Amino acid sequence: MEFEDGWVVNLGAGMATMCANYDFKDQTIIFHSENGVLGYGPPAPKGKEDFHLTNASNTYTTLLPGAAIIDHDESFALIRGGHLDAVVMGAYEVAENGDLANWKITGRRGGGIGGAMDLAVGAQRVFIVMEHTTRDGQPRLRKRCLLPLTAAGAVDLVVTNLGVFDVTEAGFVLREMAPGYTPEEIQAVSEAKLRVPDDITEFQVVV
Amino acid sequence: MKNKIYSTVDEAVADIPDGATIMVSGFGEPGTPQNLISALIRQGAKNLTVISNRGGGGRNLREGIIDAGKLIERRRVKKMVCTITAALKSSITTSFDRMYQAGEIEAELVPQGTFAARIRAGGAGIGGFYTPTGVGTEIAEGKEHRMIDGREHILEGPLRADYALVHAYRADTWGNLQYRLTQRNFGPLMAAAARVTIVEVEKEIAEPGAIEPDQVNTPGVYVDRLVKIPSPPEGIWESTYWQSGKS
Repeated sequence: MEFEDGWVVNLGAGMATMCANYDFKDQTIIFHSENGVLGYGPPAPKGKEDFHLTNASNTYTTLLPGAAIIDHDESFALIRGGHLDAVVMGAYEVAENGDLANWKITGRRGGGIGGAMDLAVGAQRVFIVMEHTTRDGQPRLRKRCLLPLTAAGAVDLVVTNLGVFDVTEAGFVLREMAPGYTPEEIQAVSEAKLRVPDDITEFQVVV
Repeated sequence: MKNKIYSTVDEAVADIPDGATIMVSGFGEPGTPQNLISALIRQGAKNLTVISNRGGGGRNLREGIIDAGKLIERRRVKKMVCTITAALKSSITTSFDRMYQAGEIEAELVPQGTFAARIRAGGAGIGGFYTPTGVGTEIAEGKEHRMIDGREHILEGPLRADYALVHAYRADTWGNLQYRLTQRNFGPLMAAAARVTIVEVEKEIAEPGAIEPDQVNTPGVYVDRLVKIPSPPEGIWESTYWQSGKS
């Protein structure tokens, strides 16, 4: 896991929330939720919900010792002001220059911006968790995003089911790959050129 | 002190005219003024501009919650100012999204942090602010750009409203408010940004002094009308909170 002790981290909806289930051992990570929570814990067990306490995914959550409640403007001032060490979000596409697309599908009016634009611009580090390709096999690691942007040049790291990719000045660097795959196989399902360092490793699957 | 207490939610919203601009607090269920929205639906005002985080729907949201989406379904809303028109999951569809795709309702889509800050600016008498959020996206089109400390920003303006509908946990008769946990969200911002702020109160409307001064989340100077939510089934409480027997 990429988090460091003491970090303040926002987990987007969907796949990214699985990070909260990881065992951080002796590290303290403060989880932030856009609706004004710093320091939430595991989901509330059934029958023990506090109906005044939800996270940004509208699930009943819990507070850990040291938690704080803030209003919505302060919640985003914290994000925009650079006080969030990392955000983990889903995406439709990421480009080799760090551009992110995750709020709108081409040809459809409107979409779901929510907090994504502020989070992508404001967090110190932007981590993306997504499937490597679309359902019909199109690549999501792009030379340039085809979909409308959420933020330009924002992404630092992408984790897919096939690999872990640093986004660098030189584009995507395949740092770790899923067991059983070769760099050539991962390149074949990516539009952007992947750089492969000599010290590439297999990643540990954590579920 | 002018009396701010109304005996029913219907009386509290009776004068809202057609064409009014209304802020509606809440994120998910906590803080959503379900009783005031229900009263506004009964009252019948239409051609409203509604400023609220979203117009119904939302992941994991309980069926039957009365939020801005219920006003949209009944075609009372001309325009939404919000952060989401469509869910990212195609399995979640809303009346709002269907009507928006069909061109039957207008929408102004605003990034959530910009949305909150614009409401704050409206309440604070600030004419706008520069933010890096949205630079390089559709949101920035047509907006003034400025480099500040080496970073591109765009200019965003304030949001104000004729009325704000807010849900609070506890109040005193002067209108000082307390929210419990994540009920707070947009409440303090919207209360300040509307000409008339109407608050539904869950637990009690107490005498002044009952809330410790440093525990007041929204000072009463922003609050014009207060209504105590009646017990169910007449009143709507957040989720099954009422049945859980807590207070």
